[in-house]
Amino acid sequence: MDKFQTFTGIVAPLDRANIDTDAIIPKQFLKSIHRTGFGPYLFDEWRYLDHGEPGQDCSDRPLNQDFVLNQERYRNASILLTRENFGCGSSREHAPWALLDFGIKTIIAESFADIFYNNCFKNGILPIALPSEKVESLIEKTKLNIGFSLKVELDKQILIDSNETVIPFDIESFRKDALLNGLDEIGLTLSRVEEIKSFEIDHLKKYPWIFKS
Amino acid sequence: MIGKTLFDKLWDSHLVRENEDGTSLLYIDRHLIHEVTSPQAFEGMRLANRSLWRTEANVAVPDHNIPTKDREKGIEDPISKLQVDTLDANCDSFKIKEFKMSNPNQGIVHVIGPEQGLTLPGMTIVCGDSHTSTHGALGALAFGIGTSEVEHVLSTQCLIQQKTKNMLIKVNGELKQGITAKDLILYIIGKIGTAGGTGYAIEFGGDAIKSLSMEGRMTVCNMTIEAGARAGLIAVDQKTLDYVKDKPFSPKGALWTEACEYWETLQSDENAVFDKIIEFNADKINPMVTWGTSPELVTDVENEIPFSSNDKFQLALNYMGLEMGMPIKNILLDKIFIGSCTNSRIEDLREAAKIVDGKKVSDSIKLAMVVPGSGPVKLQAEQEGLDKIFINAGFEWRDPGCSMCLAMNADRLEAGERCASTSNRNFEGRQGQGGRTHLVSPAMAAAAAIKGYFVNVTNADWGN
Ligand code: SF4
Repeated sequence: MDKFQTFTGIVAPLDRANIDTDAIIPKQFLKSIHRTGFGPYLFDEWRYLDHGEPGQDCSDRPLNQDFVLNQERYRNASILLTRENFGCGSSREHAPWALLDFGIKTIIAESFADIFYNNCFKNGILPIALPSEKVESLIEKTKLNIGFSLKVELDKQILIDSNETVIPFDIESFRKDALLNGLDEIGLTLSRVEEIKSFEIDHLKKYPWIFKS
Repeated sequence: MIGKTLFDKLWDSHLVRENEDGTSLLYIDRHLIHEVTSPQAFEGMRLANRSLWRTEANVAVPDHNIPTKDREKGIEDPISKLQVDTLDANCDSFKIKEFKMSNPNQGIVHVIGPEQGLTLPGMTIVCGDSHTSTHGALGALAFGIGTSEVEHVLSTQCLIQQKTKNMLIKVNGELKQGITAKDLILYIIGKIGTAGGTGYAIEFGGDAIKSLSMEGRMTVCNMTIEAGARAGLIAVDQKTLDYVKDKPFSPKGALWTEACEYWETLQSDENAVFDKIIEFNADKINPMVTWGTSPELVTDVENEIPFSSNDKFQLALNYMGLEMGMPIKNILLDKIFIGSCTNSRIEDLREAAKIVDGKKVSDSIKLAMVVPGSGPVKLQAEQEGLDKIFINAGFEWRDPGCSMCLAMNADRLEAGERCASTSNRNFEGRQGQGGRTHLVSPAMAAAAAIKGYFVNVTNADWGN
């Protein structure tokens, strides 16, 4: 995984609560056996007026002009701003893959669903939970100012807008470290091979039936 | 000494180490695999030149993509076929036990785990699927993971986790006659909301939970994720042990006795402390029907769609083509789906069959289908003659799989079609783009098939 670096990006407001992973990437695209190529199908049912199928060329599909990411001012957004319980529903990692493939590097929401939140970190996406009044005021700002951008400084845990307004955010230290260092979690666990093996021997003694099948 | 919750006990017995940063390395006993969330994990493992940690811990089954009829013709959709073939090839090359599409024991991953005795009390169980919470009904710590974590488990048999908080949902008293586990869990989600359990593992307790069958308990734990909690849990009791006994892969002989001694300790201690406790009275619950695009937008069949100035209500109603104040019983349906890992076990099919026995599906219903959760469920139902009851009434009797729960195969709603479904998600487009889903119990779906609209199945004269 690449290291998460400070960046400044355009903020797109998706003013809706409970956006589920079925909406982020509909089921037909889950048939792919690859990790990439989901970007054109991100929010497919909201973004296009027709029905999309995997592998389809999206360049001449009819766009839903009302959908936020189709509006010229938000086309190049890399920060998504949304409401409570973002990413609820299925565990599909295709949801963060699609967001990433589209170019989203940070998601700001009032709250996130657990599995989705966790999946973001495995893919170098930073999910930031902010209180609803903060989200509300950011949504206002994005609507009023074309090109409204935020600078995301993960090491300092702050967001900064062009007026130098600073918004601090919380993040657990282990998650922050993992993103900043682009940690290979599996590699990390594998550095504990001996511990896992000795745990396993003990576990087998205590609960031998688990190992019979 | 302060007592432990069931969740604490399961957590502690699988703790390989606690890291300095507050995370833990947790050992995983059972890993269930299906075709949709695993191909990239196997690929990742190969690319990194890593090997499978413990072959026997893994069990695979294709369920999401496969057809529910004319199976002998194979999978028509080439992209779906490639995904299932990839699963088969990965399992063959890593020697992972797989119930292939043609295997008589194939079924939905969360149905076959308990059914085969691959899900056992006291285990940690993960799967690249959010409804892994189902397995918690047997007193196991079970939760859904993403594909990166699937790869982590394949390569290390462990996961780096942060311990969640403990919640107890206690349902006191007795459910009224005809009220099912599905009504109970929909009622709870209606009360606590789809994010009510975020950050928690939820243990369900109280007399109403204890009196549920194992199938009913699985329905409750299955939908825990719809309340935001990754894991649902129910303490082990005699019913659990009776259910697990003699399953194909459950321990036998002396090992069985030894296992039972341990499993009997799998309850929260009397003096255990929960971070949050919520109590409900079972006798308040009526048959439930969702009317919106989130499982929390739910009400009693006797009610009207509530009035609210909340934007999310109006947004949901626009999609559903419904209005505030409309009685639930006035909702006309196009399709009926009885199936999914929430409600496709033998007890669910029996409940539905009891309702349709001797009756006919309404002419206004375009399609009514029953999709058993697994090969063994299907066989058992056929031995009991349930298939005949459904077929005679005008239902289609299909082969096991996820089917119209998520519509990855050919079973789906067309735009604007309205479905009474026993599945777990009524999100926009979940059962097909533009499709409209109402989540209900099997009995409620069956009665809706007969009438063409929702009725209260607990009223003796609903059929008149
Ligand atoms: S039946 Fe539905 S919810 Fe269950 S595993 Fe299949 S797709 Fe997921």
